[in-house]
Amino acid sequence: MPKPTSTPLISAVKLTCIREERLLFDELSLDIHPGDIVQVEGPNGSGKTSLLRILSGLSQPYDGIVNFKNQKINRCREEFQQNLLYLGHLAGVKGEMTAEENLKFNLALHGSCDNNSSVIDSATKNEQNTLAYLAKVNLSGFEDSLASHLSAGQHRRIALSRLYQSNAPIWILDEPFTAIDKQGVASLEALFTGHAQRGGCVILTTHQDLISINPDQIKKITLDYSYA
Amino acid sequence: MTLKAQSQQMTEQPIDKANTDRVKQLSYRRAFMLVLKRDLTIAMRHKDDIINPLLFFVIIITLFPLGIGPEAQTLSRIAPGIIWVAALLATLLSLDRLFKSDHLDGSLEQMLLSPHPIFVLVLAKIFAHWLITGLPLILIAPLLAVLLHLDENSYTALLLTLLLGTPVLSLLGAVGVALTVGIKKGGVLLSLLVLPLYIPVLIFATSAIDTAALGLPYSGQLAIIAALFFGSLTLAPFAVGAAIKVSTN
Repeated sequence: MPKPTSTPLISAVKLTCIREERLLFDELSLDIHPGDIVQVEGPNGSGKTSLLRILSGLSQPYDGIVNFKNQKINRCREEFQQNLLYLGHLAGVKGEMTAEENLKFNLALHGSCDNNSSVIDSATKNEQNTLAYLAKVNLSGFEDSLASHLSAGQHRRIALSRLYQSNAPIWILDEPFTAIDKQGVASLEALFTGHAQRGGCVILTTHQDLISINPDQIKKITLDYSYA
Repeated sequence: MTLKAQSQQMTEQPIDKANTDRVKQLSYRRAFMLVLKRDLTIAMRHKDDIINPLLFFVIIITLFPLGIGPEAQTLSRIAPGIIWVAALLATLLSLDRLFKSDHLDGSLEQMLLSPHPIFVLVLAKIFAHWLITGLPLILIAPLLAVLLHLDENSYTALLLTLLLGTPVLSLLGAVGVALTVGIKKGGVLLSLLVLPLYIPVLIFATSAIDTAALGLPYSGQLAIIAALFFGSLTLAPFAVGAAIKVSTN
């Protein structure tokens, strides 16, 4: 459960978002603390993705500020991005590369070699780790398959496998469960709970109810275009 | 070569003062090599990217003698222009792929969100693009120059201008692609944006080759192309980074 006294990992102050001359939300303020799981809800087109993109710094809000540990994210971009894991609608998985190559690239791109740099030097250990993360998303046996030959759900799983390795406290996930089977959803939910317990926060959009997470633990933000 | 030297120079600067591990993890060279390797891997598995521009280049150049006639004198007069215009169009044809697929599958977003500065990643992508499209053109150009009866004195000039000029085409083109990547049908707009920027390269390159044919020194023209190269090498990656941020917003 949130501790209101701690510094919020992300806080938004009076965000306003306008798309196609429509006001999606207005004066939206929120604080997200370590341990929070935030579910953003709302009908299609209500601005869920826009909100997540603004929080991750990909889009600029029409008005308002996003802070990371009480600092504007534009001021501390590098630090913020080291603490952020964002997965959008699009998985960022290249069809021409194998599952393993995709994961390795994604991990290296985000500079997230856990347990410090010793891992970089021991390539074999790194390899085992990569395979282990792929196994966690049920992709063992598919390491060497080109991503374009895999199904939509498996494609998504390649992108999600990064979560198992991530040390970034802030996870922003846009529709992470798209094309994922029930079992996969359950194990992801377990992963989210674990991440929150370790002091991270998860901000996600989904149209499904989170079944295995204690409802008290989930904070909900409902975006509703009609009242705005 | 020059591109590589530049990147190595940049790795010397420390990025993060906080801890040395981080610096190691986030070294510019590592990021550069990572993206370069990835783009080359993708190109090798998607050979169209390499073959299409090259084939286009060869076809245009072989069509000219058929259309104009085989007189050696006419052909050798227009050879520099033909080769350079063909190289320019072949590059333009291949530009679209520089960021398009990455934009469509979300990789570009991920690059923007990585802790590495975007200009390093972009520079690696542009270098990969040049290796895939520019370098094959340079390698095959002397052969096609024979077809066009290019003056013997001009071969060195042709190669030097291509070597300095094709990276400029990739670098300037990348700015245009980055600006139009978010637009559904950005092809026409891309040509309109990029072609005017290519004209100085075209003028000085062909002028250098013509001068060489007369046996005169052409270092002046080369120096200008080199200036264009270094200018775009230092400025284009930042412009591309900013343009990508705008395009994905």
